[in-house]
Amino acid sequence: MITQDTTRSPDLSATAAGPDRAGSGPAGRPPVSRRRKKNRAWDEVPRWHIYLPLGIYLIFTLVPFYWILLFALRPTGSTSLVPWPLTFDHFEKVWTDRSFATYFENSLITGVATLIMTTLVALAGGYALARFDFKVKRWFMLALLCSQFVPGALLLVPLFQIFADLSLINSLMSVIIAETVFQLPLSIILISGFIRNVPYSLEEAAWVDGCSRFTAFRVVVLPMLRPGLVAVGSFAFVHSWNHFLFALMFLNSQDKQTIPVGLNTLMGADSVDLGALAAGGVIAAVPVVIVFAFIQKWLVTGFSAGAVKG
Amino acid sequence: MASAVAQKTSGPPRPLPRPPGRRRKGTAPRRLPYLLIAPAVLLMLGFIAYPVLSVFYYSAQHYNPTKPWRNGFAGWENFTAIFTEDTHFWGTLAFSLKWVSVEVSLQLLFGLALALIVNQTFVGRSLGRALVFSPWAVSGVLTSAIWVLLYNSQTGITRYLADVGIGEYGTSLLSDTGTVFWAAIVADLWRGVPFFAILILADLQSIPKDLYEAAEVDGASRIRQFVHITLPHLKDAIILSTLLRAVWEFNNVDLLYTLTGGGPAGETTTLPLYIAHTSVEGRDFGYASALTTVAFVILLFFSMVYLRLSKFGGETK
Repeated sequence: MITQDTTRSPDLSATAAGPDRAGSGPAGRPPVSRRRKKNRAWDEVPRWHIYLPLGIYLIFTLVPFYWILLFALRPTGSTSLVPWPLTFDHFEKVWTDRSFATYFENSLITGVATLIMTTLVALAGGYALARFDFKVKRWFMLALLCSQFVPGALLLVPLFQIFADLSLINSLMSVIIAETVFQLPLSIILISGFIRNVPYSLEEAAWVDGCSRFTAFRVVVLPMLRPGLVAVGSFAFVHSWNHFLFALMFLNSQDKQTIPVGLNTLMGADSVDLGALAAGGVIAAVPVVIVFAFIQKWLVTGFSAGAVKG
Repeated sequence: MASAVAQKTSGPPRPLPRPPGRRRKGTAPRRLPYLLIAPAVLLMLGFIAYPVLSVFYYSAQHYNPTKPWRNGFAGWENFTAIFTEDTHFWGTLAFSLKWVSVEVSLQLLFGLALALIVNQTFVGRSLGRALVFSPWAVSGVLTSAIWVLLYNSQTGITRYLADVGIGEYGTSLLSDTGTVFWAAIVADLWRGVPFFAILILADLQSIPKDLYEAAEVDGASRIRQFVHITLPHLKDAIILSTLLRAVWEFNNVDLLYTLTGGGPAGETTTLPLYIAHTSVEGRDFGYASALTTVAFVILLFFSMVYLRLSKFGGETK
């Protein structure tokens, strides 16, 4: 019989959101659970009703990834289904001729700046929501929820006006601000969920020991928030890395463009250079894949702990 | 789900020791929460609330930098134009509803199935999860880049399928009005299902395990366990994430903008995409603002339902 596995998944289980697990860092699986999990896994006989649908879904997931690698690595005109003869010409061309090096740098600056701003502002707001009762708290939460329904894409016109008034058009700052603002509501809700999971009594104990509120937060709460901060920060980074419309609208010189806009120009015409498009796509995917590999085991924990749904 | 949140929002316990404040610097602890939310509030006021209000303002204006002679107060003209003269509006609205309902229901269905599968114990589970969730990180433009390659009429997947006798050569799934809808749906499912599955998996893992053990002892079948334990537990989360997702799919323009550009022949233009085209390419800011106002009214309906269902009123004091 299949057993629902909830307690034996130390890396992803919802209960792992508790402070004891959350604080244990990237390599933080307790050795005991690891041993238990291993034994258990090898006791199981492969079951077709898991592996068959999963396998089919895996094909659906992986074929597109393979496809883009294939086009990026095989010479133009080749129809072979394996990337042989192997060529890196497409990458060279996209990186230098199509100025993906510049796009990459711009995207990286935007992504990291968005990550830092979002995390700092959300950390402050989330702490206030989790630890204080104040008069406008209800209104603040209502505003956070409602702003999830406000589409950035529909605010292009007034945002353009605002950034024009601030003379930030064609400056990466406009995109950084816009991305941060639209990441904030979700990030604050997530972080306040994580902070609620850190026992208040721990902070109180630190105060008794003579810490200021800030020191108590820094020494006691912050280390336990690491998985939460990683989740929130990576959402912010990935969103900003992927998002397209703000950069398209607010940045108009080529040396300020970001990767998604560069990719879009490669797709623009009918005579698409498929090799270049594929190579550009692979370049665009590399950072998010690295981020994803790094955070994926915290993803589920992040969502359940942050009560993203409410 | 609401109960889970309610437990967490039990409010800060009465602090036994006096919270350290910095009174001498004039930052009384009572003001601290306001200081903490200030950056977020200012950013959201300046870059969400103010733009929303100015959209309402522009919607009553003729405002088109390419036609400066016509600019000025318009009153209801933009709106009457939308509902009476505009030949695209109703079509894009209908397509938006079709797109959102098909996309979100399929995402829910596959996402639930995927979450149930990877929630079980099996050899290679961590790797399996990482792989099936990986398209989550890829979005918008990159997704369309990938699927443009797959759907390409000359060297795309159809060519290789034709080689083994399925379909015919030179089929372009994206320029044929008969196939473009499903082609776009599949591309969006590719990155949408993992996201849904992650949300549902998070909730699956919060179901107490003893419920299943008890059901097992009572001799309940797997199907009965699913219907009587799993589904009721997931109900709230499913409803709320579906609503959020619907809004997200409605608002998101990256994929269709770059994959089909709204074509062929306006066949795949959603309302937000139409607005983006009207403002980015048409530069008709007044008219785009009026369209945006209409979109807001539709979204308002969604958010009312969401706020009601998430029992927002009962959760905080």
